[in-house]
Amino acid sequence: MDITTKMPHQSWGQKYHIKTLSLVLLTVGLVLLSAQVSGVDLAMFFTNIDQFTNLLVRMSHPDWAYVTIIWQPILETLQMAIIGTTIGTLFAVPFAFLAASNIVKNSWLHGLVRFFLDLVRTLPDLLLAAIFVAVFGIGSTAGVVTLAIFSFGMISKLFYEVIETIDDGPIEAMESVGANKLQVVHMAVLPQVLNPFISYFLYTLEINVRASTVLGYLGAGGIGVYLQRSLNEFDYSQTAAIIIMTLVVVLVINVLSDYLRERLV
Amino acid sequence: MEAKSIIEFKDVNKIYDNGTVGLKDINLTVQPGEFLVVVGLSGAGKSTLMRTINQMHRPSSGSVLVDGVEVTDLKGRALRELRRKVGMIFQNFNLVKRTTVEHNVLSGKISYYPTWKSLLNLYTKADKLQAAEALDRVNLLEKLYMRADQLSGGQQQRVAIARTLMQDPKIILADEPIASLDPLTTRAVMNDLKKLNQEDGITVVVNLHSVPLALEYADRIVGMRAGQLVYDEPINRVTESDLNAIYQSV
Repeated sequence: MDITTKMPHQSWGQKYHIKTLSLVLLTVGLVLLSAQVSGVDLAMFFTNIDQFTNLLVRMSHPDWAYVTIIWQPILETLQMAIIGTTIGTLFAVPFAFLAASNIVKNSWLHGLVRFFLDLVRTLPDLLLAAIFVAVFGIGSTAGVVTLAIFSFGMISKLFYEVIETIDDGPIEAMESVGANKLQVVHMAVLPQVLNPFISYFLYTLEINVRASTVLGYLGAGGIGVYLQRSLNEFDYSQTAAIIIMTLVVVLVINVLSDYLRERLV
Repeated sequence: MEAKSIIEFKDVNKIYDNGTVGLKDINLTVQPGEFLVVVGLSGAGKSTLMRTINQMHRPSSGSVLVDGVEVTDLKGRALRELRRKVGMIFQNFNLVKRTTVEHNVLSGKISYYPTWKSLLNLYTKADKLQAAEALDRVNLLEKLYMRADQLSGGQQQRVAIARTLMQDPKIILADEPIASLDPLTTRAVMNDLKKLNQEDGITVVVNLHSVPLALEYADRIVGMRAGQLVYDEPINRVTESDLNAIYQSV
């Protein structure tokens, strides 16, 4: 007998991937629509591109002597990122556990915690920096506080999602042994989440090194202050030196954290 | 005269929030030192029955007595003390794979420790020795410092048995302990359970799918179907055709 007569019926939609196709079309349509509504002019991008090359030419002679002046603020940027990420992470860990639905079974409680975390995450880091520069004055304190809050929002979300993906078996086993809540978390949850936690911490640190460069632009300390100064003075050879140095630092951090993550997982 | 029972179900019902009937009118008495095997199709309520004993599931009505204590309304510390007396073995072993065998075995003792001590992993010398002894009883002492995920399935299940031993349990509940094991390791695990039953007098309740294994190891066999007890006989009166009847679809 012909096998095709015995095969289960495949719906028309399934056969021609109607769902996928219509989603793609919808997405493309929305992108075009939003470009039109917001007045994005693609033509301008091509007509003005010579301005860009002009800038690149002026940056093509980095002022290498300037490096001796900027390595200190670059180091400060790095320190800001490390301190800010660490503080943010320390606060994020307990909140991540409270927000995880497999740890806190009460949906009101973890819903409330999540709402709070969402609120924190909606605050743009530039806005935070502007506020804290006004509060603490120009300098790295404002930068550290900004990065701490920014990392808190980001890490707490990444962490609680990790916690929710763990194998529930060991939790059940620890409950059956008569462990209390803290003991369950310590014995059954922590060993499962520690490596992804460290991995996400390093990832956030990477992001913060880049972010803190921009924050300095608002007066929150670090290399950004120098970046702003050189741009204001149209001293593009200094700008180039700063960009290259920042790139080097970011690359080193990336390589280091990649290496650490590989070793840990 | 009948000896004091260790587990007693009186008119126990369990209806899940979605309306599914888990248990229906369960009346069951288990004597100390019995090796009880519960058989039945998947979804017949075997796991639910088992989990009402250590109150991982709360029954909707009825009463469950464990070692003379009504357990259905236990909370907090009293509930944890009940669970300490009742060891549990799972189909998927439920070890913490990223940590050592020793740590996994010691975790069976955790309810005896104040929280701060357990958070700092401050286990006593005596407990560490007991962990080694427990592991020795399941013939895995040489794996003491290995990571749990380096062990085979059968070995992991026996580490889980050693973890249960650390509780000094009066009852061991084993929920399909051999469902994910090969025939050879199945035998090792079942033999370990039988040994604890005979040498230590621990009451053992095992959920099984295998009729031959049930006949070989049980003192008494209970059959379940659709949340109800449909069979209950001591081993010398059980016939293989009885058991096969439990597995017939309704």
